[in-house]
Amino acid sequence: MLTIIDYGMGNVGSIKNMLNKVGVTSKISSDIEEIKKSEKVILPGVGSFDTAIRRIDELGLRQIIVDLATIKKIPVLGICLGMQLLMEKSEEGTLNGLGLIKGESLHFKNRISPELKIPHMGWNIVHINNPTELTKDFSDEMRFYFVHSYFVKVANPENSMLKCHYGIDFDAAVNFDNIYGAQFHPEKSHQFGIKFFANFAKL
Amino acid sequence: MLKNRVIPCLLLRNGGLVKTLKFDNPKYVGDPLNAIRIFNDKLVDELIVLDITASKENKEPNYALIEQFAGECFMPLCYGGGIKTVEQANRIFALGVEKICLQTSALKDLKIVTQLAERFGNQSILVSVDIKKDWRSKLKLYESYTGKTSNQDWKEFLIKAVEAGAGEIVLNSVERDGTMKGMDLDLIKKVSDIISVPLIAVGGAGSLSDIRAAVDAGASAVSAGAFFVFHGPHRAVLITYPKYDELEKLFK
Repeated sequence: MLTIIDYGMGNVGSIKNMLNKVGVTSKISSDIEEIKKSEKVILPGVGSFDTAIRRIDELGLRQIIVDLATIKKIPVLGICLGMQLLMEKSEEGTLNGLGLIKGESLHFKNRISPELKIPHMGWNIVHINNPTELTKDFSDEMRFYFVHSYFVKVANPENSMLKCHYGIDFDAAVNFDNIYGAQFHPEKSHQFGIKFFANFAKL
Repeated sequence: MLKNRVIPCLLLRNGGLVKTLKFDNPKYVGDPLNAIRIFNDKLVDELIVLDITASKENKEPNYALIEQFAGECFMPLCYGGGIKTVEQANRIFALGVEKICLQTSALKDLKIVTQLAERFGNQSILVSVDIKKDWRSKLKLYESYTGKTSNQDWKEFLIKAVEAGAGEIVLNSVERDGTMKGMDLDLIKKVSDIISVPLIAVGGAGSLSDIRAAVDAGASAVSAGAFFVFHGPHRAVLITYPKYDELEKLFK
């Protein structure tokens, strides 16, 4: 079962909606036993870093997610804030991320031209840095919907799957082994998101 | 780089799609769900749906309808109309809507904007500002729920709305609404200069070059109703949206 982890933050409904469109059965759940039995998980996220970490810890989900990723080694996909949670830490907060991929999240502020508004919001084009199963059959110009004020910087360049440009180049999607992250919202990116989710579902 | 968003703006009135002219004379256009399906097929950047009588008539948002809309949108959806409380907002977000738009409750007390932004994140909370010229051609803040201009200073209100936590501002020109005769570029520039968050300009777009002009004047995104819903001199109903490469070329 593909489980969409519901910890109270993130558009779980929209994700399930698009997965339905792709023809994939999924379950939205916050139940530890159900999540443990998953064959794939999606970790959504909208909001602030520390609030999300606190919720995840309160629900006892941290160790479950880490074990699923590193011991059971099932495919894990973090979306938007969910991707930032996979990293070690974020400038947005003080708490520790899940630490599944080495790297951190940084604020766009003072790192991009002051004319560029923050958050980075809207459709932008991604470029493949390191192809994976999730980038299979990507056309030359794949675009996705982004909305974020913090961006991810991976410690190891080979973990950067897709890159995007907004004032600076940043990691639009990351990958380490069976662990994936997308800064953009595939569930709100039309057929581009459908392709991305279809690839994830096929893993 | 980031592409400027072009966003169809749909107006709801008693569950039907309508289009106004200068914020008046709502004309029935059709079934909103059908329009949304068509826009989804046309891969629009984003969609804004506003219930124009919810606040006026003190009605609850039509949750059943909103849920149907959200189910058809594989792009971000913004809903506005009658939102006054965090509970209502929570319910709407849970239905699959990405952003909510406030006007009436924000005009009454910006505290609601702060509460919503803190709970759901600034980027999900839009404040809609309608501007009308008075008989001396002076810019005034317009309250669509009363149909009157406000005594609040429009510049101050804008700045306070952003300070309160609005992630985006939707700026509408009452005079230009539905006319398709061009947007108020001067107004767009004035507002763009004073706010640091994305600005969605709406009101008067009648051509792709109008849209480009609005972006050049400082709008981060452009929204339009009549332009995407009417066709020809007799305003026949036809749902249209430019192709992606047309828009790409437009903003180069």
